Order: sequence, then C-alpha cells, then structure tokens
Amino acid sequence: GLILCFSVHLYVARVKPSPPCFHSIRGASSPTLPSTCHSLPAEKKKLKMASSFSRILSSKRKIQILSLVGGSVTAGFLLHRDHVSAGGVPVRRSYPASAEYPDLRKHNNCMASHLTPAIYAKLCDKATPNGYTLDQAIQTGVDNPGHPFIKTVGMVAGDEESYEVFADLLNPVIKERHNGYDPCTMKHPTDLDSSKIHSGNFDAKYVLSSRVRTGRSIRGLSLPPACTRAERREVERVVVEALAGLKDDLAGKYFSLTQMTDEEQQQLIDDHFLFDKPVSPLLTCAGMARDWPDARGIWHNNDKTFLIWINEEDHTRVISMEKGGNMKRVFERFCKGLKEVERLIQERGWEFMWSEKLGYILTCPSNLGTGLRAGVHVKLPRLSKDPRLNSILNNLRLQKRGTGGVDTAAVGGVFDISNLDRLGLSEVQLVQTVIDGVNYLIECEKKLEKGQDIKVPPPLKYFK
Amino acid sequence: MPFGNTHNNFKLNYKVEEEYPDLSKHNNHMAKVLTKELYGKLRDKQTPNGFTLDDVIQTGVDNPGHPFIMTVGCVAGDEESYEVFKDLLDPIISDRHNGYKATDKHKTDLNFENLKGGDDLDPAYVLSSRVRTGRSIKGFTLPPHSSRGERRGIEKLSVEALTSLDGEFKGKYYPLKSMTDAEQEQLINDHFLFDKPVSPLLTCAGMARDWPDGRGIWHNDNKTFLVWVNEEDHLRVISMQQGGNMREVFRRFCVGLQKIEAIFKKHNHGFMWNEHLGYILTCPSNLGTGLRGGVHVKLPKLSTHAKFDEILTRLRLQKRGTGGVDTASVGGVFDISNADRLGSSEVSQVQLVVDGVKLMVEMEKKLEKGEAIDSMIPAQK
Repeated sequence: GLILCFSVHLYVARVKPSPPCFHSIRGASSPTLPSTCHSLPAEKKKLKMASSFSRILSSKRKIQILSLVGGSVTAGFLLHRDHVSAGGVPVRRSYPASAEYPDLRKHNNCMASHLTPAIYAKLCDKATPNGYTLDQAIQTGVDNPGHPFIKTVGMVAGDEESYEVFADLLNPVIKERHNGYDPCTMKHPTDLDSSKIHSGNFDAKYVLSSRVRTGRSIRGLSLPPACTRAERREVERVVVEALAGLKDDLAGKYFSLTQMTDEEQQQLIDDHFLFDKPVSPLLTCAGMARDWPDARGIWHNNDKTFLIWINEEDHTRVISMEKGGNMKRVFERFCKGLKEVERLIQERGWEFMWSEKLGYILTCPSNLGTGLRAGVHVKLPRLSKDPRLNSILNNLRLQKRGTGGVDTAAVGGVFDISNLDRLGLSEVQLVQTVIDGVNYLIECEKKLEKGQDIKVPPPLKYFK
Repeated sequence: MPFGNTHNNFKLNYKVEEEYPDLSKHNNHMAKVLTKELYGKLRDKQTPNGFTLDDVIQTGVDNPGHPFIMTVGCVAGDEESYEVFKDLLDPIISDRHNGYKATDKHKTDLNFENLKGGDDLDPAYVLSSRVRTGRSIKGFTLPPHSSRGERRGIEKLSVEALTSLDGEFKGKYYPLKSMTDAEQEQLINDHFLFDKPVSPLLTCAGMARDWPDGRGIWHNDNKTFLVWVNEEDHLRVISMQQGGNMREVFRRFCVGLQKIEAIFKKHNHGFMWNEHLGYILTCPSNLGTGLRGGVHVKLPKLSTHAKFDEILTRLRLQKRGTGGVDTASVGGVFDISNADRLGSSEVSQVQLVVDGVKLMVEMEKKLEKGEAIDSMIPAQK
C-alpha cells in the first residue's frame, strides 16, 4: 500500500500561559480587558497568546500525537526539540516511576495522604508549560515528614497551571484541607464589598489590634517556588509601579530589601513590618528562598496601616492593620486598597491569578480561595483558662495562635484569634464570622468576670 | 534547587541582564569569576543529564560568603559539569588550587609504602589520626542533581561492594532511615553518625533533598574504616584511630580504597577520575585527591605563638577546631591537616602532614622548656 507521510512543523511557542483575553474575573467581564490586550506591546502580546498544545499536552502525549501525525522522523526531530520547548520535561528518566516514588511511610502531611504510587506514575512525566514538575511540587512534603499534631499540606504550586496539570493530586489535597471543598463541582465566591459588614467595632478594653491579610499572584508569572530571577524582578516591578499610583490615605513608599538603609531597616523592625529570609524548611525546601534578597521588598502607606510584602512566600502579601478594635475600618481599607491595586495593574495589562473554582491562586494550596486571615489580638484571661475554649473556637470556625503568630504561645491571656477557613466562603463571610465570633468571646469573658456561666455555641455550617 | 531549573530554556525568553544574579555583595569564588558576559555565554548550556548553569551557581548566589573565608560558591551535578561549564569552573579551580592550570595534570599515588615515617608521632601530643576522601561512582549524577531512584541505585551498589569486604574490612551497613535507636546511639558515641546537612552551603545546592532516603553509614567491625553513603558525595571514605600512627591509618586507607574500587570496576561502575582533575567530587574544592589527612594535636604554647599561622602556611597545613570545619579549638587541641587537594598526590599530601606535625610537636616541646623556636621555622614548602 501507499503510506502517506507528511510532516508537520509545530511552532511550540516558548510562552507564558493564560491569555488574559479569554478569562474574566469574578464571572463579570472586565470592560478594560479586551482593549488592554490589544494595546499591549507586541512582545508581551506574543508571549501572552499561549500555544494550547504546549499548555495542555504532557510531553509524552505530545510525542505520541506527533508520531501519529508526522512520522517518527519528525517526532524524533521534535523530541530533540523537546529540550528547547518550554513544556519540556527533564531529559533523563533512567529509572521507572516505581523506583522514584518517595518513601512516605513516616510522613503525615496532606500530600503523603494522597500521593499513591499510581498517581505518582501518572503525573511524574508531566510538566507545566514553564517546565514545573511533580517532583518539584512535592519536594517540600518529602523533605518535611510533618508534625505529629499539625498536618501540613506538603506541596506547593510553581505556577497557575500546576493546579490543572497536577489536579489528580491537588484536588484531593484541597478537599482534605478545605473541609470537603471539591474543585471539580464547586465554585468559590469572591466578595470584597466591605459595606456588608456589620458591628465590626470591638470593645478596645479587650481587642488590642485588628488585622486582615491575604495574598495576590500576578497572572503570567511563575510563583515563588519556580520563578526565575527575571520573573521575580518583573513581579517586583509590576507591583511597585502600581503601588506608586496609590493616593491619599493609601499613598506610601517601597523599601527594597537589597537597598534599604540601616535606619530604614531598624524602623521597619520597630514597626513589626520587616520580614526575614524564610528559615522554615517548609518554605526553603520548596525553593522559595532562592536568590534572597533579590527582588524582595516591603511597601507601606505613610499611615502605616496598609502594608504589602513582595516576593516572600507569594508574589504579594497584602496586610491591613491598626491598633484597637475597628475591624470594619481595617476591612474597608483592605478592600479599597486591593481594588485600587488591581485597577492599577490592569491599566498596565496585568491581572491577578483567579479562577471560579479556586478563587485567588496562591503558592500554598492552604491559601486558596480568599487567602484571607482576619484576626485580632484579644485579651481573654478568664476564658483562656476555661477548658471549653477550644470547643467554643472550633464551633465558631476560629483558631487561636500566640501573639507572635503561628506556632507561638499566648502571653498574658492575649490571643491571636482568626478565621479557620479560606476557600468556599467569601471575604465578607469570613470577616463577619470573625467579628461575630470575637463578639461572642468577649461576651463570654464579660460573663466570667461577673461570675456567670458561659455556653458553647452550636457549630457553624461550612458552606452555604 | 536542581529540579527547580528544568525549565532552563524558558528563562532564555528573558535577556541576560534580567536573569544575571546580583553578586555585588558576594565574596565567593563563583562571584569573582561569573561576569554578565560569562553568564550569557553559558546560560543556554546543560549537561547530558540536564544540569544547568543556574544549578551550578545557586548555592553561591544564595550564600554571599564569609568575610574571612572564601567559599567556592558552586557545585557540579555530574561528571560532565566540569566540561560543559569549564569556562566558569577552570578559573575557579585555578583560584582555589594555587594557580592550577587547565593544562595541568594531577598525579594520583595511593601506594602507602611511598610514605616515609609517620608511625612515630608522639602520642602524648597527637591524640588521634585520620584520613578522609570522597569518591564518585561513574554513571550516576552527583548529590546536587540525583533523583531518588539514582540515589537508591548508588546506595544499593555501594552496599553490595562494601558488604563483600573481608578481613580487617569486614563490616556492616546502617541505613539512616531504618537504624534502631540503639544503633543510632552507638554511632553517635563513636562519632560516626552524620546528620542531615544544615549548612545552607549544602542545602541550597539541593544535597539534602529526600533525607534520609538512600543515606547510610558503613563501618568495619574494628571501627577504624568508615564510609558515608550519599551525604555530600556519593561516598566519603574515612580511616581513623586513636594515637599518632598516621602511617597505619594511611595504609588502611589506601588498601581499603583500592579494594572498594576493584569491586565497583567489576560492576562496570568505576570511580570518576581523569588525568586533569583527579577524582571528581561534588565540590570543586575537593578535586584531585579529595584528601584531608589530619591529626588532633595538643599545641597550647605553639598555637599562641605569634608565628603560628605563618608556620602553618609554610608547611602547607591548615588548622581547625576539634569539632571540624568552622569550630574553635578547645584546650589548645587543634585539628591540623593538609591544605592542598589538587596538584599533588595523596602520598605527598600525607607526607606534609606527617613531617609538619612532627616539626610542630618538636617546637611545642622547645617552647615548654622556654626555648626559642625561630631557627626551626621552615621555608615555604
């Protein structure tokens, strides 16, 4: 018979993924997006128009399809070209998946609970368009078996596409970590309308300070575990340029970690603003501290109530805080600031990573959804001694920490009380939960002061 | 992190100046050599195993360096790294190893009989003697780059080789991940147990990944010959004993190494070695012999003499505290060892230690008697 052979030369673009033209934020199309896309400089436009092949196919499947289409010679040529394409996988794979599967018998983290040998074998040859692999995503969980009491997540995302390419592992991890939230079937609500908050002004006799934090990632750039130096510097440039456009109570200044003076450093330490090079092996083993302190910095407004960390564990960490109990005002500033920053980066053709399924995309799966932790430092000396405290907190969907933050102890009956949940509930819902919960705790403390008894409240429901 | 750079070609979308690391505050060998132009020249290269320039230099970027000690600031991920990135590594090697040229040849001599003396160091001063080196197994990538499968392959091959030894070398392997508490306690008491690396010089190069998978310690029943598997190198081989009989320590070192090498060769996995660089190891500072031969020696008076450091330099020796590198001496007891690795043979390096320590013990005795030692100070070796 006649064997028809034809070869196809595929331009496998070395591109950044996710054309913003095809996405809409929060289900409503942003009127600025289409025009912004067309007004981009040509170079950036080319980079943003992703080749769907390199995005969707794993390297192996790509070769199979190419062999079918174009004959083995072409496939061979393109196999060699695989070294050159962005979606390439590590060339050497001299051992089968079973020989590479990590020993997780002494591990207690979400990754270890869900990474079966079958899932490992299925995913170990895949890579995101930027070349991020499964082994990289799970390295932190392999290197850190976990805490006997605290179940860590044990894996990270290197880019937005990680959540798709490694969905077979990430979805069960997300489900376990976020109370059964199923990314395959559920949608995450985003709501930054602070006017919906009621009674968010606490008694300053009890609440010493109020704070709301979240993270935001810049779409089109890899996340801290995987970013190159150039990408990290681009994140810094994009965000700092945008922040320079903030005005009035949000107007502020950027302090680059590589260039700050000793005086500036001391002031930032005294203000409790300065973040240090990560020492936690959970972060270092994931590669987030590479090239420190290149392209890292802190921006804050002149009032010192709105603060942004750049290129620490996420592209940005956004923090609104003030002394006292006016959580409503803290949240108002938080929402206003976030929306302003978003508007300013959109003007320049950028946007935040967000999807209907997962909400705001961040490095750690535990921070998906809202990425929001709203909390107070509150004095509860009597309640702190009550054996029912943990049940009360649990039912109110709150967690306690020491005033030094995560993994510290409470001092003088002062606790850091914040929301447990991140995904499946909106920002407004979570902040309201904290407000209602803290009000309840204060009422309990007051009752105990008067010698009255307190009640454990019924448990709140998870998702509406 | 090695696997963090598998998307090396993706970085080529960015210009050189956008990716070039900021080395303005750095003080290590890599930072001295890696100009922007050199970075541009090498950044699209990779070894056949996929090790890239950024993999080589990551540890040096992350660790700007010590004000007093000049660290190397780069590592090899496989044997080919020393070829593919020679434009970077050759000047570093030259700087680190006394001007060693790209055309120089390194002499290997593991014939212990060529050592003169070394069996009569005064045990009243010399408390213990030790010789260590490293060996890499051909056909595998090095610790910064190896996958779990490879590391386990290295362990399996090494254990097979070591457990086949007999006579004075008969011994046992203790894998880190399954040793019992009792075994662990004993190994700590024997000062044999190595820990997960905490030094950022090593962790930033990716050498602690997957710990303790594939790692372990082998030692002979006599506890005088010890091998670490998959720590900073594939194998670290150590011969040691109490007292000053360096000759015996070196004999056992040479004999043991040769026996082990013969077994690996039989399995078609000899050691990485070439005429120019000698034994190939992870850190460029350990090329050549990879040998550090040293003693713990009591020199309370000499160590406080104004010329102590100069004497050491002239004898081609270096001092450390008894806890090893980066520790202080305790009670006037120092770890004295050879400073050189590349460009001279094992025999000549141990000879320097033997002769140098003997001289320094004589000096110490003189100082005890209140006599001067100026006439004893040697010329530069």
